[in-house]
Amino acid sequence: MDIVHNQTRANPATCIIKMKRKTKTGLVLWLMSIPFFVFVMIFYFVPLLGWSMAFVRYIPGVPIFESHFVGFKYFKAMFSYGSDLPRVIANTLAMGFLSILSAPLPMVLAILLSEVKRLKIKKFIQTTVALPNFISMIIVYSIFFSFLSVDGGFINDILLKLNLIDKPTNLLANEGATWYFQTFVGIWKGVGWGAIIYLGAITAIDPQLYDAANVDGASRFRQALHVTLPGLMPTFCVLLLLGVGNLLSSNFEQVYVFHNAIVHNKIETLDYYTYRIGLVNFDFSLSTAIGVFKSVTSLTLLFLVNLIIKKINGHSII
Amino acid sequence: MNLSRNLPQKLFDIGNHLFLMFLVLICIYPFYYIFIYSISIPTEAAKGGIYLVPKGFSLSNYLQLFKLNGIVHAFFISASRAVLGTAVTLFCTSMFAYALTKSTLKYRKLMYRVTLSTMYINAGLIPWYITMKTLGLKDNFLLYILPSAIIAFFLILIKTYIEQLPSSLEESAMMDGGGVFQIYIQIILPLCVPVLGVVAIFSTVNQWNTWQDNFFLAGSPNLQTLQLLLLSYLTDQTSNLMAIGTNISKVTVVEVTPSSIRMTITMIVTLPILFVYPLFQRFFTSGMLLGAVKG
Repeated sequence: MDIVHNQTRANPATCIIKMKRKTKTGLVLWLMSIPFFVFVMIFYFVPLLGWSMAFVRYIPGVPIFESHFVGFKYFKAMFSYGSDLPRVIANTLAMGFLSILSAPLPMVLAILLSEVKRLKIKKFIQTTVALPNFISMIIVYSIFFSFLSVDGGFINDILLKLNLIDKPTNLLANEGATWYFQTFVGIWKGVGWGAIIYLGAITAIDPQLYDAANVDGASRFRQALHVTLPGLMPTFCVLLLLGVGNLLSSNFEQVYVFHNAIVHNKIETLDYYTYRIGLVNFDFSLSTAIGVFKSVTSLTLLFLVNLIIKKINGHSII
Repeated sequence: MNLSRNLPQKLFDIGNHLFLMFLVLICIYPFYYIFIYSISIPTEAAKGGIYLVPKGFSLSNYLQLFKLNGIVHAFFISASRAVLGTAVTLFCTSMFAYALTKSTLKYRKLMYRVTLSTMYINAGLIPWYITMKTLGLKDNFLLYILPSAIIAFFLILIKTYIEQLPSSLEESAMMDGGGVFQIYIQIILPLCVPVLGVVAIFSTVNQWNTWQDNFFLAGSPNLQTLQLLLLSYLTDQTSNLMAIGTNISKVTVVEVTPSSIRMTITMIVTLPILFVYPLFQRFFTSGMLLGAVKG
């Protein structure tokens, strides 16, 4: 009301200036947002048009609308007899479930860290254990290679010297251990950083709850069990369910660097498979079809998960 | 009574500290090992037995590496993408974020939602590859810079931060006749330094570590990043790994070995991260990052 009153009282000249300024402000705001929005459209949504490649026999160089329309042929071919897809999906799901199983580890680490009472020591530990999160997968591979390689790798070197083994073992080329080994690599890289996110959540817990527990004579163990753990549950659930939504998305970089001919059958995930079909075999249409299948399934999973969270928490995560 | 309650707790504390120290060792020792290997005398190092101290001292690995073709150039490419890419990300994402906080901007909610949806939408490798190629970004340095101009995660961080700034400063600047852009440059950006710091470090580390764009779309040696150079050395080694049982410690004329070179490149690629890292941990305890996780 006040504003309207003021405006009617202002003289016409300033009114016009104000209106001019308002339109100018509007224009500047458009200039400060539209170009960036166009950027987002170009780099994230224009590629979606490429999904049309899955429905035609695409030959590089020939425009899509001139290509031969084949309908769902490539989607049928994906699952046809002799296709690698079932094995690839099995690998993806197996490693995905293993990493979901390891989801509580960062939370446990955060609780253990919160029990360290000397601030300097706590800070030192949390900083060092989070370090592996900030190095590239190539360096991670280089490190694991240096430690596990057959010729003079650190671990083999020590085990041989201690006479625990007779001949060098090679974890990098052990087909049976691949799923577990890759999960371990993921844990080594991510657990410290995950713990830091939970530590943030711990600081958000109301200190009065601890005081109350103290008055009631609860030991530190009891406090961790009955105050800290329930306090972390919402964060844990959100992260866990997001993990479920990401079940089909393996880490391409990890699979690529750790990939070799011996472990191929166990390490190949959907992301690697789309790469192999698309950019090694150059079957663009089939590769796109697999990608579409993966994206659509993932998105469906995510919406389901979001629905569940909405039911439990009362608000959605996306 | 007191003692019986304290003893298990003491034991737990000791066990907890030991366990955590063990974790620290697992996370730190690999980097230390690679470091001491890289400054050992290569032929000595090849015999094994490096655990705590380097075997002899020699910088021949590093000296040989700098003579190697491409490494200085690769370092330059990696560094420039880290600096330029981060600058572009900071400028574009913060300006977009500021515009999106203005209630007078039409469709701002729609634009924000659509941008956030990019965190969940993935067109897949081939459509992405074709799009980039069509845009002329194949074998083009801009490939490293342009696609990361707007990043949804950073947009959330910056927008949330701007929204909790006191609006009085901005209003008084408006009164003094400042335009929106002027206010963004002179008032908002300086106030946003803490959050921009977080984003800058995140982005620098990301840019330094990214190699998929290089791998898929920039085959020319001119654009090779340090990461991909290291990868090419590693894949050479992997072919050796395949031939299990064959002895790769063939005596070379040069005083460096394949492993010593590998360790040294790994060290060179890791060092910048180790330098930036202490800046990072400052933000660990602040709740800033948690806010982003909760979206």
